[in-house]
Formats: sequence, structure tokens, C-alpha cells
Amino acid sequence: MHVPDGFFNVPVSAGAGVVAAAGVAVCLRRARQELDDRTAPMAGLVAAFIFAVQMLNFPVAAGTSGHLLGGALAAILVGPATAVLCVAVVLLVQGFFFADGGLTALGVNITLMAIVTSLVGWAVFRLVSRSAPRSRTAVIVGSFLAALVSVPTSALVFTALFWLGGTAPIELSSVAAAMGGVHVLIGLGEALITALTVSSVLAVRPDLVYGARGLAAPLVLRTADGEVAVEKPATEPATPPAPKRGPRPILLGGGLVALLLAGVVSFYASSAPDGLNKVAADKGFNAYERPHDLENGPLAGYGVSGVEDERLSGGLAGIAGVGITVLVGGAIFFTVRRRRQDKAVA
Amino acid sequence: MTPGSDSGTAVSLQVSGLAYAYPDGTQALFGVDLTITRGERVALLGPNGAGKTTLVMHLNGILTAGHGTVEVAGLPVRADTLREIRRRVGLVFQDPDDQLFMPTVREDVAFGPANLGVRGADLERRVTHALDRVGMLEAANRPPHHLSFGQRRRVAVATVLAMEPEILVLDEPSSNLDPASRRELAQILKNLDVTVLMVTHDLPYALELCERSLILSQGVIAADGATRSLLADDELLAAHRLELPYGFAPSAHPR
Amino acid sequence: MSAGHHHALYLPGDTPVHRLPPQCKLIAAMGFAVAVVATPREAWGAFGLDVLLLAVVAAVGRIPPALVLRRMVVEVPFVLFAVAIPFIGLGERIEVLGVSLSLPGLWAAWNILAKATLGVVASILLAATTEPRMMLLGAERLRLPALLVQIAMFMLRYMSVILDQARRMRIARESRGFVARDIRQAPVLARSAGALFIRSYERGERVHLAMLSRGYTGQMPVIDDLPASWRQWSAAAVLPALALMTAVVARSLA
Ligand SMILES: Nc1ncnc2c1ncn2[C@@H]1O[C@H](COP(=O)(O)OP(=O)(O)OP(=O)(O)O)[C@@H](O)[C@H]1O
Ligand SMILES: [Mg+2]
Repeated sequence: MHVPDGFFNVPVSAGAGVVAAAGVAVCLRRARQELDDRTAPMAGLVAAFIFAVQMLNFPVAAGTSGHLLGGALAAILVGPATAVLCVAVVLLVQGFFFADGGLTALGVNITLMAIVTSLVGWAVFRLVSRSAPRSRTAVIVGSFLAALVSVPTSALVFTALFWLGGTAPIELSSVAAAMGGVHVLIGLGEALITALTVSSVLAVRPDLVYGARGLAAPLVLRTADGEVAVEKPATEPATPPAPKRGPRPILLGGGLVALLLAGVVSFYASSAPDGLNKVAADKGFNAYERPHDLENGPLAGYGVSGVEDERLSGGLAGIAGVGITVLVGGAIFFTVRRRRQDKAVA
Repeated sequence: MTPGSDSGTAVSLQVSGLAYAYPDGTQALFGVDLTITRGERVALLGPNGAGKTTLVMHLNGILTAGHGTVEVAGLPVRADTLREIRRRVGLVFQDPDDQLFMPTVREDVAFGPANLGVRGADLERRVTHALDRVGMLEAANRPPHHLSFGQRRRVAVATVLAMEPEILVLDEPSSNLDPASRRELAQILKNLDVTVLMVTHDLPYALELCERSLILSQGVIAADGATRSLLADDELLAAHRLELPYGFAPSAHPR
Repeated sequence: MSAGHHHALYLPGDTPVHRLPPQCKLIAAMGFAVAVVATPREAWGAFGLDVLLLAVVAAVGRIPPALVLRRMVVEVPFVLFAVAIPFIGLGERIEVLGVSLSLPGLWAAWNILAKATLGVVASILLAATTEPRMMLLGAERLRLPALLVQIAMFMLRYMSVILDQARRMRIARESRGFVARDIRQAPVLARSAGALFIRSYERGERVHLAMLSRGYTGQMPVIDDLPASWRQWSAAAVLPALALMTAVVARSLA
């Protein structure tokens, strides 16, 4: 997904650069408000974590694998502003130190992979957690949907940029189909890993999950004399007030996802499977090999997965993936809505 | 009971009724009381999870007491005194990787004094002096993560020495060191003219360096006395999961 | 160990390229990339000249070509993509060895390949001749937001520590017979990721505490300052200036 130099024309690269700079500037201010003097070390360590986690390859479907983008995950774990900073720094480091992603494409890369994924992920997460009762399940479901939506959305924004100033004469629909199709699949993998990761952090240190603030129990202090003092937790409790909106946001979110998927599916069906697979082979299942090879050198980790055997399987897997996504998404929305209604009845 | 606490010696560190719970709800300290006078070298002993690290973090206001007070040379640890407290109390962390966060050793050692406002040649002198004292001067321009563990530990000590603290607090300084590094570090600590509080599981090390020891167990001070007599009390040691190395007899080691 | 995960990117040396202040080199690399992107794709000669410019920089900086080539593997995904464009591209078609290819597609493929490659090589040379720490100091001098630079600093410092933890977890997984074959193994990977996050976050907290205990109040003290002289700036400007001139000439000829 790292866009190189020369892929977009100068105006689009520059425009994205402005968007990225503005976004990062806003996030710098917000992160400072949230973390004050902890910002630099905390965001730095989380950035290192994102860098490491992007090397986690997960198998998507027959013979193909994707790696985590991590924007939605970061947003839920440390908050959207810090997440944008972390992923942006990862991209800057990858660009300047690892020559991964063009220097003139930094704006595009930061916009797509840091800003869009984190913010869309966070928006979806909030939508779900605001409309569902506050609980671990809501956080986990929210994480799943956040990651699920964030990845194809980023791919769609890529397509929009391509329409504005791509340098390759490819039909927009095939780009959209290829990008969208593959990224729905990647989004599914990302969603699964994100939800599971958030749930495993919730199990051990719920206080660390930004998106679950307020779920932690109040602090109780016992002193030697046996007196019991109840104190406020050192980390600020959740700010969001209990939502009173009913299932509408859920339906809205569901509609959004369904629309997205529908669009992607139709694009997918309309395009020639041949080119699509090639795009898929590149754009989706890219860059990092498993961390195995990391010891051998900084760039040994950057490899490519095979192309040939993916040609067909990629296409089929895409279609299967869309189907699965619709089913899973539908099931989740349905159950969440049911729970909600049950609550309302009770 | 406490050696050195005879008439009129200034109190260096005073902790009373200190209780603390971590944000996740784990309570680590349940009311700690202790007093250390100027120039003493005291060992803080105790099993894993006793709360030693937690206690140490209170001494320079990194963690703020949930209950109770901490005073450093008469100055209470509070938000408005933090700057002065942190100048007076130097803390060497358990894991040198936590402590060495700057890109090079030199910058790391300079970080503390620079925060105190030291600049230019003065800063350079402090850095050189501190690194020289721990024998790491030649590593000044290397990144910390390229150093061996023992070297990192020594640099970590230097980062604190460069701040010229009145009280040096070390969290398990001898862990993961080979015998030679362990001895060299002991030599460095013995030659310092400051109050030392040293957390350790290494009982012979405590005996070698500190006249007095405290045993922290389950978040309270369970014993306070001369290291030699504490280590000779088998029952006490067993009660707090402390063990001398096989064949080690405290009485056979004259100071 | 992971010693020098990013260290290995840098090739120590004492050449004029190494000695240039980092802020000059950063600007030069950036300027070069912009000039390349602005070069019209039909100007074969211009790209040839750009290659020559980079070759001169590599030679002066004593960077072996093999090293540059080895690191160019980061490009491979996009090379594959570029190769695909002529097949799926629109517009006029031509026959090459019995295969029908799109002519604009061929041009686009060439355009991306040439520009991406030049950009990649430029940043490889930058990383190979500039220590990571210097790069950060340069970024600071260029007035990048200090907080952003500090985040990058902590990231670079702890990257190897965290990758090392990740590697140990993987070894622990695999030594107990775990193989990531398909999506059913995701929970195991996710648990590792969760554990890694907790460790990273807690280390962040401890690092913050270590900073506080040495008097940190939210501002990083300025310990090193790297002034760049007018001469150094002009030396660094040679590369982007020539590339820009090439681009301008090529544009006016096109
Ligand atoms: N950041 C933290 N969050 C929650 N609980 C913690 C944290 N750090 C320590 N604890 C808990 O507080 C208790 C005391 O821990 P502490 O690290 O102070 O022990 P210690 O005496 O230093 O142990 P060791 O000898 O193993 O270093 C333990 O039960 C530990 O699990
Ligand atoms: Mg400890």
C-alpha cells in the first residue's frame, strides 16, 4: 500500500501533503492535550509497536496474506489523535530510513494510511459503542467493525485520488474494484486481528484501552490500619456520556458498510479478472515478509509473496470474502440490534 | 538500632504511612514507614512483588502517594517541589533499557543535567566526569542499544551521577551482571559520598555494601536492622522468601 | 540479536556526503524527488542524467552499488504493479511479441518505474550516508514539529527492543509447534499482538517515568545543535538544482 514516487501527479501529491500536514498538526495538539508530557515516549513506543505489528502477516485466503495497517487498532488502543501521529511517524521512518514509500508520496501515504484509517476506524468505533450499551462486547464488536470499514475506505480514498491525479491509464472502475475487493478481504483479516487484539488487551489491562475508558473498576485502597479509601483512578475516567439515541446509528453504520460492500462487489463483478489479480497481487498483499528474515538485515523483511498461484485464487477469494463480510457484518448488526431491543424491552 | 542515626544526624529520607494502588487496582504498598539518615547505605530486601520498585518510585515523586507522606531532607514530595526533589534523588531503574532512551550515551547522560539548566562546557564536564566514574567514557558516542547489559547498567548509573544527587536509589543494580561487573559496580558505589538506598535480591551484595537493611514484604516493612544480624536470622529470611546463596555464612564475612 | 536493525541502514564513512549536515541532505533528497516527479516521462535523456547524478553521489559517498541494489527490493511490489499496467491499460494497443499491450499503459509503467526507482535510490543514499540520530537532528533543524521528531526518536530507539520481543514471542510460539497457516490461527497472533502492545505501552510509561526522574518537564533539552554553513547548503543544493534544471529543460523541449 506504500505509494511510491511518480504514481500520482504533482498537484495530487502536493495537495495530499497539505492535508497530511494539517491533519498531523491538529493531532499533535490533541495528543498533547490527552497525554501532555507523556506524548513523546508513549507515542514513540506505540509507533514502534505498530511498526512491529505491521510485520505480522496473516493469511487471508488460499496462498495470499496481508499485513495489518494498524490505524484502527491504534485509534482504539490509544485514541485517534495519538494513533494518527504514531502511524504517520511509522510512515515517515519507513520513507526516510527504509526507502519504503516515495518521499513525494509521503502526503498521500500519511493521508491514506494514518489519517483515513485512524479517523474512519475511530468514527465507526464510536458509532457502535455509543449506540450499544457500554460493555466489553460492544468494545470488541466496535473494534471489529472499525477495522473492517477503515481498510476499504482507505482503498476508496486511494481510488478517488487516483481519479484526481493518477498517472496510469486504467479504468477507474477496475482500480476501485481491485483496490476495494482486495481491501475488503484485508479489512476482514484486519478486523479479526484488531478485535482479538483489543479483546486480549481488555482481558489483562482494560485501563490501557482508550476506547474502553470507563469500563475499569474504581480504585480501592486498603491501608495498614484496615481503613478503606476509595480513590479516583490516576487515568481520567471516560468522558463520553451515556448515549440516548437508540439503534439508529447502528442502522446507519450498517447501511454504510452495506453500501460500501455493494459498491465494491459491483465494481468487482464488472472488471476483468485478469488485471484485477495483478493489482491485487501488488496492492493488497504487499511488502513485508514475516519477521523471520529480519535478523539478516533491515530490508530482508521486505519481500513479496508469490504472484502466479494467486492469479486465480485472489479473484475467487475476493468474491468469497465479500460474501463472508456481508454475512458476518449482517449477523453482527443483527445481534447487536437484538440486544439493544431486548434491553429496551426490559 | 539504626547505625549512623546517633545524635543530630540529618534525616535524608522519611517515609510514613505510604500506601499505593496501581491504576488497574493492584495494591502494592500497605503503609510503609522508614527513615534513612544522611550518608547511610541501606539495602532494601524483599521477595518478588513485595512492592520494592513501587516504593522506590515514590521517593522522587514519580508515583504520588495514594496515602501517607514522603520527605526528602525535610522537603515533602509534592507537585510544587518535584523539580527540587528530582535533583536531590537520583533513581537508577531496574531495566537499563527504560533508563537509556536517548540516541547516544552522551546525550543520555546529558539529559538530566540539561533539564536542570546546565549548558555548554559545564554540561560537557559533568557528562565526561560521570562517564569516567563508571568507566564508560569511550562509549560516549555509541547508541545505548549496542552496549552489553552490564555496560548499559553502568551508563544508567552515570546518567544519575551526572545530576549530582544527594540520595542515590538503585533498583536491583547487580541483577544480570557477571561477577566482575558486579564487583566493579560495588567499587563505584562504595566510593560515592552520597546516601544510598539499594533494592536487591542479592544478599551477599547487600552485606558487602550496606550496614543496614530493610525487609519489605507484602507492601509493609517487616524488618529493619543491621544487615549482618538480619541475614543471620534464618527464620526471618525464610518467612519473607529470602535465601542466602548455598554455603554462604554472613558471620564468615568480615567487613 | 536485532543489534542494528536500523543501524545497518547506515554505512559509516567520512566522505563529503557523510559530512554534509543532515538538514541539507534531507532537503536535497526531497528536492531531487520533486524534480524527478516533475520531469516529463517522455524525456528519456533527463532520467538518464538523473541516474548519473545519483551515481556520482553514490561514488562520492563510497556507497557500493551492490548495497543500493540489495535495498531496492522495497520497490518490488510496485514494479509488479507497473508491469501489469500495459496489460490492463486503456487506449491504443500495440502488439509486442504477440501480446497486445496498451501504449499509454506502457508509458505509465515506464513513468512509475523510472520515478519510483530514482526516488527509492535517492532515499537509500540518504539513509546510507546519514546516521539515524543525525537524520533526527536534521529534521529538528528544519523546524519539523519537535514533538513529531521526538516520537520518531523514541520509535527508532525502541524499535529493536520491541522487534526483539516480537521475535522471541514468535520463537516461543513456533517452538511449541505453532504455524500460521490460515485465519484460524489469528487468535494466537492477536494474543501475541496484544501482549506486545501491553509491553510497549508499559515500557512507554516506564520510559516516561525515567525521564521524569531526571527532571523532564515536557521539553527536550537542546543538547546538540548542528549549524549548516552557506557553503554546505550550496554543496547540498547541487543535486536537486541539477535535477530541477534537467526537468525544466526537458519540459521546455517537450
Ligand atoms: N504498572 C503496574 N500496574 C499494576 N500492577 C503493578 C504494576 N507494577 C507492579 N505492579 C504490582 O505491584 C506489586 C508490587 O510490584 P513491584 O514491582 O513493586 O515489586 P518488586 O518488589 O519490585 O518485585 P521484583 O523483585 O520482582 O522487582 C506486584 O503485585 C505487581 O504485580
Ligand atoms: Mg522490582
